[in-house]
Parts: sequence; C-alpha cells; structure tokens
Amino acid sequence: MSIFVNETTKVVYQGLTGSAGRFYGLRNRAYGTQVVAGTNPKRAGENVEGIPVFANVHDAREVTGATASCIFVPAPGVESAVMEAAEAGIEFIVVITEGVPAKDEARFYNRLAREFPRTRLLGPNCPGIISPGKCNIGITAGEIATGGGPVGIVSRSGTLTYQALYELTQKGIGQTTCVGIGGDPVPGTNFIDCLEAFQRDPETRAVMMIGEIGGSEEEKAADFIKHEMTKPVVVYIAGVTAPPGRKMGHAGAIISGSSGTAGAKMDALRSAGAHVAINPTEAGNVMATVVAHL
Amino acid sequence: MDLFEYQGKQYFARYGIPVSPGGIAQTVDEAVSAADAAGYPVVLKAQVQVGGRGKAGGIKLASNAAEVRHHAGNILGMDIRGHVVQRVWVERASDIKAEYYASFTLDRAARMHLAMVSKEGGIDIEHVAATNPDAIIRRHIDPAIGLTHADAVDIIHSAGIDEEARSGAVSILELLYKCYVEGDADLVEINPLILTPDGRVHALDAKVTLDDNASFRHPEWAAFDGTESSDPREQMARERGLQYVGLDGSVGIIANGAGLAMSTLDVVNQVGGTPANFLDIGGGASAAVMANALEVVNSDPNVKAIFINIFGGITRGEEVANGIVTALGRVTITSPIVVRLDGTNAVEGRAILKAHESDRLISRPTMVEAARAAVAFAAH
Repeated sequence: MSIFVNETTKVVYQGLTGSAGRFYGLRNRAYGTQVVAGTNPKRAGENVEGIPVFANVHDAREVTGATASCIFVPAPGVESAVMEAAEAGIEFIVVITEGVPAKDEARFYNRLAREFPRTRLLGPNCPGIISPGKCNIGITAGEIATGGGPVGIVSRSGTLTYQALYELTQKGIGQTTCVGIGGDPVPGTNFIDCLEAFQRDPETRAVMMIGEIGGSEEEKAADFIKHEMTKPVVVYIAGVTAPPGRKMGHAGAIISGSSGTAGAKMDALRSAGAHVAINPTEAGNVMATVVAHL
Repeated sequence: MDLFEYQGKQYFARYGIPVSPGGIAQTVDEAVSAADAAGYPVVLKAQVQVGGRGKAGGIKLASNAAEVRHHAGNILGMDIRGHVVQRVWVERASDIKAEYYASFTLDRAARMHLAMVSKEGGIDIEHVAATNPDAIIRRHIDPAIGLTHADAVDIIHSAGIDEEARSGAVSILELLYKCYVEGDADLVEINPLILTPDGRVHALDAKVTLDDNASFRHPEWAAFDGTESSDPREQMARERGLQYVGLDGSVGIIANGAGLAMSTLDVVNQVGGTPANFLDIGGGASAAVMANALEVVNSDPNVKAIFINIFGGITRGEEVANGIVTALGRVTITSPIVVRLDGTNAVEGRAILKAHESDRLISRPTMVEAARAAVAFAAH
C-alpha cells in the first residue's frame, strides 16, 4: 500500500506548458505516473507530447477524471491555482512552486480547511510525493527510490528527502511512500498527517522522518509518536551546528519558547522513543538495523 | 528583511498608524535639521538592529539644537555590540502616560495569524511572557477571514487597555493588521504603544520584518535596499540573490536546499572541520547561479577549501557541472574544490566535471567522504 497516492491516481499539471512543468510532467509520466492533463488558459486544445492541455482544471477533470493536481505555476499565481483545483473537485493538490508569500499560503490553507475539508494540500515549496513503482508527482528523481516497503519517509527538507531515499535504496531497503512536506511556514500537510497515515498503512512497518531547525512541528510530532505510534521511527534533524536562526522579533521567540533548536527537537524525539541519528548516512544505518529487527 | 526602526515607522505611516513626527540623519547637520522640523524637545535614537541601544547610550533626549549637535556627534559612529551606528532617527519627544504592547505574526503550529496585546508594554515582552504570561492576550486570527472590528475590540478590552486609550488602540490594532497582511510583513510589533497625557495613542517604536517572497508585489521595498548593515560577504550574496550566512570557519559550503546546506555544516563539523558559511543556492539553480555562489565563497579570505554538495531534484546535474566550469573560467578560485553530485542527471554532470578534474577540483561519491576531503584540504 501507499499513502495519499497510488497507481490509480490521475494527475493534472497546472503549469505543464512552462519549462519546469514540462520537464517534470514528462519525467513523472516516463516514471509511470498517470499524467492525464495540463492546463493553460491560452493554450487549450494543444498538447505536450500527447498530454492534452485544457483551459482550466475544471475542464481537465471533466474529460480525464483527474484526481490530483501538481502545481508548477510561478509564485504570484499559486493561490488562484490552488483554489481553482479545489473548486474543480481535485482531492490532492501538490504545490512544487517555491517563493510563495506567507500571507497567500496562510490564506489558501485556511480557505481549503473551511471550504474543502476533504481536499489534501501538499506544499508549497515541496519536492512532491513518490510511491515507488506506482506514482511520482513532483521533482524527485524516480531512480533513487525503491518500491516494496517497508519504510515510509516524511521530510521537511527537499534535498534531504532525496538523500533519505538514496541512503535506503543504497542499502536495499524499499519505501512505501516518500512525502516531502516542504519547509514553508504553512505546510498543507504536516509531519503528523503523514505519521498518522503511515501508522494506518499495513505495508509501512517503519518510518524515517527528516526535520530541521525552527518552528515546533518536530516537537508536536514527538508527542504524536509517543502517544499514537507503535511503528519504529528513525529521525534526523538538520542544523545541529547551524548558525542560530534569525530571531523574528520578540513575538517569534515567545511562540517557540525554548523549542526550535535541533538539540531541543532531538531530545523531544528521543524521549518519545524515536531513534535519533546525527547525519543522513547514520539515519540510513540506523534504519537498516531497525528493519533487520522487524 | 528586517527593517530599521525608522523604516518600520515610515512603513507604519503608509498604513495610517500614528507615529511621532521625525526624520532620519546620517550627519550631525542633518540631525539638527530633522530636530528643527520635528519640534523640540526631541529624542535621538541610534538605528541599529540589535537590542540594548538605550543602555549603550544610543538613545538621548535633547531640548535644543546644541544638545542635538552634541548627542548626534556621539551617537553617529558609535559601536553598539558590534553594530556601527550609521544613522540616527530624530523625533519629537512624547510624554507618556501608559505603555502597551501589540504585535501580529504567524503561529506556524496553528497555521494561523496570532495577535498579541499586553498592557505591560515598554519593557522586555519576553520577560513578561516568562513571568506573567496572563498579562499577554493571544488571539488566533483565521487568515481566510481576517481581523474583524469585533475581534479588535474584544482583544483590546481583554488585554485591559485603559479606557481612555481603547478606541485609539482598537483603531491602531486594525491598521496594524492591515499593514501586516497587505504590507506582507512576517512580523509587525509595537513596543511601546503609548498613551499620551492628552489622550492620544501612537506607536513609539516599530519592528517590522518583511516577507522577501512577496517583494514582487511591493516595488516600494526597493527604497529599503542597501541600507542593511551587514557582513560584506552577506551583502555580496544578497546582491546575487543567494541565501548566505557568514561563519568563522575555513570550509566554504555551497549546497542546494536549506536542509542539505544545514546537513552539510553538520557533517563538516562531525569530521573535524569548521564551516565558513551557510549558502543555499535553492532549487532550479542554473550555471550562472553556481558561478555567483563560487564567487561569493571565493571572496572570503578565511576559506581554504570549498565543498559543493548538490543533490539534484529541480537542479539538474549538468547545470551544476556547467556552473562550476563556467565559474572556473570567470574567476580565479583560490581554494581547492570538492564536489559531491547526486540525483537528477548526476551521471551527465559527473561526466562534464571529469574532463576538468585536477588536484584543485575533485569529486567524491558521498557526503561524508566529500566532507573529509574538503576538511583535509582546509587543514593544509
């Protein structure tokens, strides 16, 4: 099994006619993803190497039955692209675009939560999701992933998502699904959403979680791991030796309190029973040991 | 981008938030003109992005031009905890009857905006939060709905703001929210928000952090460019659109993605080295971006080795390799370079690099091996 996507997921690419959208849309199709449509209001009726282009997501969904959307449009257009997908009835929206203003993402996340509670948003500023051998939506290089499980991956950092896949693949450990949630201030899907889904997924038997300094998402995940998870979790937090982050005035300091540092996150996760590694390679080694004892 | 106090006040003023009349000065003469225009008595405030300027003598009261001349002469050029004062803000002094606190920021955990208001303003609000947390009213604002007038009234009343200040404070809170949202700020903070003896409420200080991602819809932000006091390396990186933080070590770091860059610092440290910087070239980095990154790292005299750590997702391997080759042709790189390249089109990228490898440019297959090689270079 996999979480959020599988071999039946049909994806429309908003921004398929742009350079990044075209490159990754075609790559995702070559991987085996059902890339059924693209959108561009000015180029309806055209196609990108056989993928039909529609004026909007509504039309694309009517004709192709798309269930998911992958957004590559430039940052200023992301908010309206997300709302367009949700209004068209898309259930799973993946935003790859980076540089989306925080006010926009706070607004569209909360609008989705109110008006389209069944729609799942992943990103913005994330690498996407891959369920090896079934579906790859986004910019992850499919060849670094290996199917079959038993490990689920969730990561806040784009490049470290690939690093995690790569470390496991090198060791011959398969993955069920790898979700890159992105490091933006308002992630559509967070650690707990993924941990919950992995806990429910029978094929996922262990989880690798990659976090980084800042915010309190990792601390909240630690609480979830402690109380709700029976599957082993291996964690790496980037930024143990990073320069102290720019403090966002006093207000930021009050919200995060003493949490937010890599050390505080690692302590919280360790006391929640997670296996904490000090670098991505060690995380791979620890996971190999965990998998050997499943 | 963190604004200086004077820029924050100018930004507040754009949204109608009342601030004291004043002007900015880079010389003693400019300070006197600003004081004459604002009206005496005036307060001179050193413009530095660091706390403790009052204790350091960076805030002074002056009742005439001679005093302004004296204090401005002392404050301009003063070193406050490593920050040299280049500008002084001169504003009309205010009589203060009461001091409050108000701010808006994003509560990431709740994925909503957070309003915080306290009647205990004017002092270190973190101290209030630690010792008397009930004195701070916190209210989540749903970004899909915004701050309503009723919300603002409720927050100000709940915070126990004095009755005569309430309507002024409600109005400022609504304007501050508008400034926060329409002004695309990550943080807006007024401490203190004051009540004067004649019953007026206004912002005596301004802390504003702008969301760099929103700069495309704020051409007016161009006025803030080039005023930030910073490390010359950071200035150079910013001009090139790179995410850079200067450090004290000898291994220059270039990586794609903040997470991988942080992880690279961790690994360099773990194998006994010291990073000279954090540099994230971001996604979609082209040859030109890589060349820019190498130029910035190369300009740091402490750098003895450069570690380029790229895992390709949106950045394709051949672009990275071409960038390195282009940069090598454009500037004389003084330090040996170790490259670790993986991910999208890594094979193509490595093939391009292979033709240029030497004792000054080597490639290693893993992060740890590459870190060891870079640290060994730096030690020589």
